[in-house]
Amino acid sequence: MPLLELHGVTQRFGGLVAVGDLSFSVEAGSIVAMIGPNGAGKSTVFNLITGIYAPSAGRITFDGAAIAGRKTSDIAARGVARTFQNIRLFAFMSVIDNVLAGQHARLRATLLDDLLHTPRERAEEKTAHERALELLRFVGLERDAETTARNLAYGLQRRLEIARALASEPKLLLLDEPAAGLNPTEKRELVALIRRIRERGVTVFLIEHDMGLVMELSERITVLDHGEKIAEGTPAAVRADPRVIEAYLGAPA
Amino acid sequence: MKPQLRNVLLAFAAAIVLPFLVRNGAFTNFLADAGAFVLLALGLNIVVGFAGLLDLGYAAFFAIGSYAFAMLASPQFGIHLPFWLLLFLASGIAAVFGILLGAPTLRLRGDYLAIVTLGFGEIVPQTFLNLSQWTGGPNGISPLDQPVLFGYRFGLNALPYYLMILVLIAAAVWFANNLRASRLGRAWMAIREDELAAAHMGINTTKTKLAAFALGASFSGLAGCAYAAKLQLVSPDQFQFNVSVGLLSMLVLGGMGNIPGVIVGSLVISFLDRFLLPQSASWLHVDLSASRFLIYGVILVLMMLFRPEGLLPSRQRKAELHAADDDADAAAAEQELYAEAPH
Amino acid sequence: METFLQQLVNGLSLGGIYALIALGYTMVYGIIELINFAHGDVYTLGTFFSLMILGLLGVTGVVTGPALIGVVLVTIVGAMLLCGIVGVLIERLAYRRLRNAPRLAPLITAIGMSFILENLMQYWHGPSPIPFPDVVPNPTFTTGLVAIQMKQILVIVLAVVMMIGLQAFVYNTRLGKAMRATAQDRDAAQLMGIDINTTIALTFLIGSALAGAAGFVSGVYYGSTWFFNGFAAGLKAFTAAVLGGIGNLAGAMLGGFLIGLIEALTTQFISDQWSNVVVFSVLVLVLIFRPSGLLGESLPTKV
Repeated sequence: MPLLELHGVTQRFGGLVAVGDLSFSVEAGSIVAMIGPNGAGKSTVFNLITGIYAPSAGRITFDGAAIAGRKTSDIAARGVARTFQNIRLFAFMSVIDNVLAGQHARLRATLLDDLLHTPRERAEEKTAHERALELLRFVGLERDAETTARNLAYGLQRRLEIARALASEPKLLLLDEPAAGLNPTEKRELVALIRRIRERGVTVFLIEHDMGLVMELSERITVLDHGEKIAEGTPAAVRADPRVIEAYLGAPA
Repeated sequence: MKPQLRNVLLAFAAAIVLPFLVRNGAFTNFLADAGAFVLLALGLNIVVGFAGLLDLGYAAFFAIGSYAFAMLASPQFGIHLPFWLLLFLASGIAAVFGILLGAPTLRLRGDYLAIVTLGFGEIVPQTFLNLSQWTGGPNGISPLDQPVLFGYRFGLNALPYYLMILVLIAAAVWFANNLRASRLGRAWMAIREDELAAAHMGINTTKTKLAAFALGASFSGLAGCAYAAKLQLVSPDQFQFNVSVGLLSMLVLGGMGNIPGVIVGSLVISFLDRFLLPQSASWLHVDLSASRFLIYGVILVLMMLFRPEGLLPSRQRKAELHAADDDADAAAAEQELYAEAPH
Repeated sequence: METFLQQLVNGLSLGGIYALIALGYTMVYGIIELINFAHGDVYTLGTFFSLMILGLLGVTGVVTGPALIGVVLVTIVGAMLLCGIVGVLIERLAYRRLRNAPRLAPLITAIGMSFILENLMQYWHGPSPIPFPDVVPNPTFTTGLVAIQMKQILVIVLAVVMMIGLQAFVYNTRLGKAMRATAQDRDAAQLMGIDINTTIALTFLIGSALAGAAGFVSGVYYGSTWFFNGFAAGLKAFTAAVLGGIGNLAGAMLGGFLIGLIEALTTQFISDQWSNVVVFSVLVLVLIFRPSGLLGESLPTKV
């Protein structure tokens, strides 16, 4: 059974159909991508999956459960994490606090534990700190643990966002244009990082415009144009698909 | 022991000894009142400082805590619950109202939230005033039961109240400090920074914000009991808008979100309000007590213009409030760079 | 039924005053997203300035004959001018620096300004209410079901005239267009060559001037004034602005009249004591259930 499934998902904003009758699935343990020209509705799909919007029609299933229209915090607790197209870090919190905040869903301290600083809370905080440092090492940020997030270089901010997303121990990681603004070296590091993430058992679903990166990483690609799926398949198949070429470059003269 | 802990213990020791050194009844009374307002400021700090919810009507919770005590420990209804039970009960009742009055504000943006809380800040005392059969109307409820500890009745001397309030402050500081560095404290910070991203961390923004309102309000339940018992009176004019603004001024002056800052800000304003201004007539030959609001207004405006993070800021708040300046500086620096570069 | 209709008339006059004040709130919020807390106090200043001008003109009671028009004109224009200047000064001194600061900062500053103004007015005329001359002769006209006083007609007519003038200005002049553009997108407006500082100052000038006019009218209508008037009136006018749709001029006018009606009806049919609670409850309910107000539009946020 696939980890994530969309059936006939449609999203309307007033008269505009941002996503139309979209169906696809993501297998657990894979790295898949969604591409398409700007405005194709890709981010909207992510927003539907993480519960920012409830679809106008259709079903979304994650890990066997229906999640369409549920609260974002609920979906996140079930194991869906994401990064954002325009980085949305907690800018004025430290790097490590960002990652600790990311662990929110996995920490079990109750209000009373927090209020009274119980031994259970103390132990859990210690473990949480250790986990946070481990995640920072995983993305290469361990030396910047106490830096204020907004003071990090752009490339490092993107890495922090990924570390924060991984902090919730997700089953599915949605990456929204993770390579935007990165130089070639950073992009190579990103590819390696995504592979390491998959080795940890996390399914990766990314939106990207960098074709080289997409072709190199993904096992399956879904192509969107004007909110509709126009192609789906392996990188080789998608690359040769005339409809995809037309969507990006326009019809032949 | 850690230097922080040592400083805190020294401060408390000094606070305990102070009334015995000064030996002035009016001064001890002032200390007790100031202490009650430190408690209130610490409570407001949870809502505004930690969770970033601008509450302009916190006096409403002070009213609820005080009236809860007055109705359950006085001849008003003939109910005479013990004071120590009422400390818990009143904070519990205040916490419940924190949730009730906070719930409608959950989806509101910062300034609208502020106005709604201000609305509640007006509605609550006015309601207490209007329901005169139960609340005593404009005259309020008086007298109130005095606390009794192991057979010792607190009486009308301010000293035992002051010492009790110190204990309450110690507890409040401990609770607030625990919360700040906990999972809940980080959730509050995250919501303050970016509510949408916070939701993606699995943070239930509804419960988290309500927790801030409830916990913040509960402190006013404690303060309400202590203050009302000492004053032996609860009446609606104790809970006007200027009380809410005064508390906010304490946070603004001292440093929002920073516990020592809040305490210092609270003490400075209390000293100004209840000691310096009333005495100004005899020292400066000018009666400044009619200028009370002018002085507060000027403090608020000057602080916001020149030092919005307060006298003792938390590092994070300072960065947040000067971010716009930093961005402007960075943009200006960049412009200079381009201007100098060869074309 | 008669009482109801009578309260309708009373409500309209109350509402006229609130509408004039609400316009200032809504204009300022529309352009810089600030709830100008001090605005209610500028309204009270309008009454105080009117009192001063009337004193200079030697008016202590009713003015009869053609001199009446002159007196009213001079006083209103004077009050509007002085209040407009005060509004511009406040913006320049207190709010301009904080234009890009987190919302908390200008809001707290506005509260501070409100306190300062209130205290200054307390120095000026003391802590107790002070009488305001009648100025206008006040015959009552009865039309079978309702009675309406001359003063009420004055309030309503003045309010409507000001509103029409404002609409004309905002929609038919270059400066008005600049105001609308700045309200919609400040950066784009700047790129189009609009001087933001002047436009914002102008908004404060006009908004405060309207509050000044409301101040004059209020003095005549109530026959007295008080340094602390502005607090409750300001909150109610803000409620009106929100009810109608913040940032929307027609909304402020509609909201003002509605709030006036609600207050009049509550005072008549429940009690005077509860009218404030009812109006503030309206504020809370509107902000919770329909924050865009009656005439406003809800804008979705883009992620």
